[in-house]
Amino acid sequence: MSLASLRDRLSIIEPIRGGAVSIDAVVKHYGSQTAVAGVNLEIEPGEFVALLGPSGSGKTTLLMMIAGFEQASEGAVRIDGADVSWMPPHRRNIGMVFQKYALFPHMTLIENVAFPLRMRGHTATERKRDAAAALRLVGLDGMERRLPGQLSGGQQQRVALARAIVYRPPVLLMDEPLGALDKKLRERMQIEIKRLQASLGATVIFVTHDQDEALTMADRIAVMNHGKIEQVGTPIDLYERPANVFVASFIGETNLLEAIIVGAEESAWVLRLVNGSVVRATPAAASTPVPANGKTVKMAIRPERIVLREPGEGLVRGTVGEVIYAGSSLIYFIQIGDAGSLTVRVPVQSIGPRPSRGDTVFLSWDAVNALAY
Amino acid sequence: MTPCSGVQQPRNLSRRFARALWTGLCGAVFLFLLLPTVVVIPASFSAAKYFSFPPATWSVRWYVAYFHDEDWLAATSFSLEIALLSTVVALVLGVLVSLALVRSELPGKAAIRAIVLAPMIVPHIVIAVAMYLVYMRWDLVGTLPGLVLAHTVVCVPLVVINLSTGLQKMDPSLEMAAASMGADRIAAFRWVTLPLLAPSLATAAAFSFITSLDEAVISYFLSGSQGKTLTRKMFEDIDFDLSPIIAVASTLIIVVSVALMGSIELLRARNARLAAREA
Amino acid sequence: MEAIASAAPAKDASIGRRVALLMRNSKGFPIPLAVAMVAPLLIGLAVAFVQPVGQLLATSLWHPDFTLVEYQRIGATPLYFRIIARTFLLATTVTVAALLLGYPVALFLARLSGWRLTVATACIMLPLWTSVLVRSYSWIVILQRNGLLNTFLQWLGVINAPLPLLYNELAVVVAMTHVLLPYMILPIWAALRAMPRDLPLAAESLGANGPRVFWHVVLPLSMPGVASGTLMVFILALGFYVTPALVGGPRTLMLATLIGQQTIELLNWPFAGALAAVLLVTTLVLVAAFNRFLGLDKKAAS
Repeated sequence: MSLASLRDRLSIIEPIRGGAVSIDAVVKHYGSQTAVAGVNLEIEPGEFVALLGPSGSGKTTLLMMIAGFEQASEGAVRIDGADVSWMPPHRRNIGMVFQKYALFPHMTLIENVAFPLRMRGHTATERKRDAAAALRLVGLDGMERRLPGQLSGGQQQRVALARAIVYRPPVLLMDEPLGALDKKLRERMQIEIKRLQASLGATVIFVTHDQDEALTMADRIAVMNHGKIEQVGTPIDLYERPANVFVASFIGETNLLEAIIVGAEESAWVLRLVNGSVVRATPAAASTPVPANGKTVKMAIRPERIVLREPGEGLVRGTVGEVIYAGSSLIYFIQIGDAGSLTVRVPVQSIGPRPSRGDTVFLSWDAVNALAY
Repeated sequence: MTPCSGVQQPRNLSRRFARALWTGLCGAVFLFLLLPTVVVIPASFSAAKYFSFPPATWSVRWYVAYFHDEDWLAATSFSLEIALLSTVVALVLGVLVSLALVRSELPGKAAIRAIVLAPMIVPHIVIAVAMYLVYMRWDLVGTLPGLVLAHTVVCVPLVVINLSTGLQKMDPSLEMAAASMGADRIAAFRWVTLPLLAPSLATAAAFSFITSLDEAVISYFLSGSQGKTLTRKMFEDIDFDLSPIIAVASTLIIVVSVALMGSIELLRARNARLAAREA
Repeated sequence: MEAIASAAPAKDASIGRRVALLMRNSKGFPIPLAVAMVAPLLIGLAVAFVQPVGQLLATSLWHPDFTLVEYQRIGATPLYFRIIARTFLLATTVTVAALLLGYPVALFLARLSGWRLTVATACIMLPLWTSVLVRSYSWIVILQRNGLLNTFLQWLGVINAPLPLLYNELAVVVAMTHVLLPYMILPIWAALRAMPRDLPLAAESLGANGPRVFWHVVLPLSMPGVASGTLMVFILALGFYVTPALVGGPRTLMLATLIGQQTIELLNWPFAGALAAVLLVTTLVLVAAFNRFLGLDKKAAS
């Protein structure tokens, strides 16, 4: 199925106004365990927000509280300004897609998709018409009378999606819906979901542990760890200016090195690495005051921001370990003395030195690309 | 596998002999299991007035006698009534309890489960005698409500076990999905839980019905002049005159039990086949 | 880049909030509703089961003052003591017989597949589905003077006059073994089925022959099933009423039939209560031992 036909299908959707979701100082305890340790988040209508984090970070618990399957120990959840903290899930008018699809095995596809319409009292003709339209939207027309057990994983996921949007809820919640699919299918579904949401206009809150997925799909990402939000921002914000070491290493690849402050310049901090090299880096938040000389900091730099140079002054010197060909780029593992190792990613078509195993190389980077914590 | 040389043959022979002996022994045990179960059936077709086996002449006179005998028919319909009502009550109460045990955070679940399943562990004679003493005081001996209550106590554990297993196998996210789409608890139960629980319900109902129908000890003690169960009547007549009409009652019970349990098994096999085909 | 503001570290939620959380939990059924759901059955059980049994046991100890005279009677009177001893002896015999007959059958079943398995399963299930009363009656049909067995033996010429096969202890043992045999076969069969198929093969590859494979591999792994079946059959045999009542006759009183007799005919309810207490306590002790044994055995099997 081509993207063109996807566009055709989506052109028939009438957009709705998405709901605004507000999470206000929400805390969740389970006995002595704290799953969510104080979260504030404002989600605009029509936004696609990803809750990203490792397992145990509290992202699913947070989603369940927005859905109404868990109640917050403290704080409030609001949808379009109304406090829904104590409203049962079936009155919140949300749509939800589960990780294991949760299709009713005893109902046909069209009965599955029509179910929410039945709950809302639509007539049989309306149900049939709207459910068939939703199935057509996700590319499953012709399969209305099939049972979920006869479908593949990807098809089941589409039915779950159709079922969640057929009644046009202002807020859509998705709990790692693509986790069980293989890579190619997952990438295709990511595009479909994103396009669907853009046409529909609903607010989407999407839980995932896959940072690629979050970066691809989300307008904004909330990175969670140990029940707290580490950082909220657009994919670019998170990628370029991660607020702390956790976010820096969770999103994309990062090199982390230990360093000591030896001075400060106008636009950068001056650091010395363990192997003696002097380099420059900037803090994530520009207004952060420079720590005293001698303080240890961590420096983070992305592999693709390190440049291989001809031998020269003021450069970091290292020895090449492995070289890996990864299709569109070459990956170098470079040992820089006692300071540790750096991964450097170089596009295949770039000009510049092409060292091989055992060679000595010289590296540099822009201070603005290196982050100090 | 060892090749068949001249030296090996004695061992093969002894192995075959051992195998034949083994099959023979197992066959004998199977016979031991089956024969007494089915021997009443031909016995019910005997023409003689007193009991004899094998029947000298074959006839259905005892079936005719059974269906014309007021006492036997009254006892049969009484037992069927009790079985039906006990099953209904046990199912309703059992569904409520199973749902609460599997789908809630009720405290003290282990204790509740222990009490509910206790009638399975306590010997029926103890239950029978205890209830008899209480029923005597409240004039409940031989009454329909009294017997239904007693049978329900004994049938509910089976129902709860069956339903709990069925509920645990059901994906809880199905009910959550229903709720997210606007189904309140009753709607979710009606459209999602109940249809998916139907096989367990059917099995539980069949087990409950047969348990009540077959129940002998409690029925014996709690039957009275006002109402007598089929099992009590059979008990009395075995002690009293042992005519082949008892074989007729037995055969009818066997037919009903086998029909019920057999159809449950067939349904289960059919469902398993359908599920395997879809996968 | 957005700044992150998290609330202060979580303090304990207020009491009101915690109560509300308990009461109105949306996952599954909230606790008040769950209580309402279990209440009808629990009340019914309290009224129709717990109270009567409790009262029966109480009458054995308090009539009206506390006394142990009924229990002393059990021990002191040779007649009653003999009945209880006979009950235990017969139960043991039945259990052993069921084990000896049932284990080979379970082994046989475990090796079957296809239509043979279906037929064999039906052969085990059929007796289970048939009422105990009917099966006990069948044994009367078989064992009585002009019953199946006597007629057959006379026809063979082995005996001239019918043997008194009924209304004695032998009849009780045979009939009860028949009735309880499926309860022995099923757990052992389940345990054997759960055994990984390649285990005996692995043992053979290591040099063990048939009998040794059985002794060292199959038998130990089937032990949980054997324990299950043995305890279940023994417990059932102890409290059995129907079969001994029909097939044993008045000279073979067992514990259950004695209780019945004391209640209905002799109207000696405190004594019946004492006997019932003995039976009940023995049963509960065995069940508790069963649970503990199963737990221990699981560790041994792993």
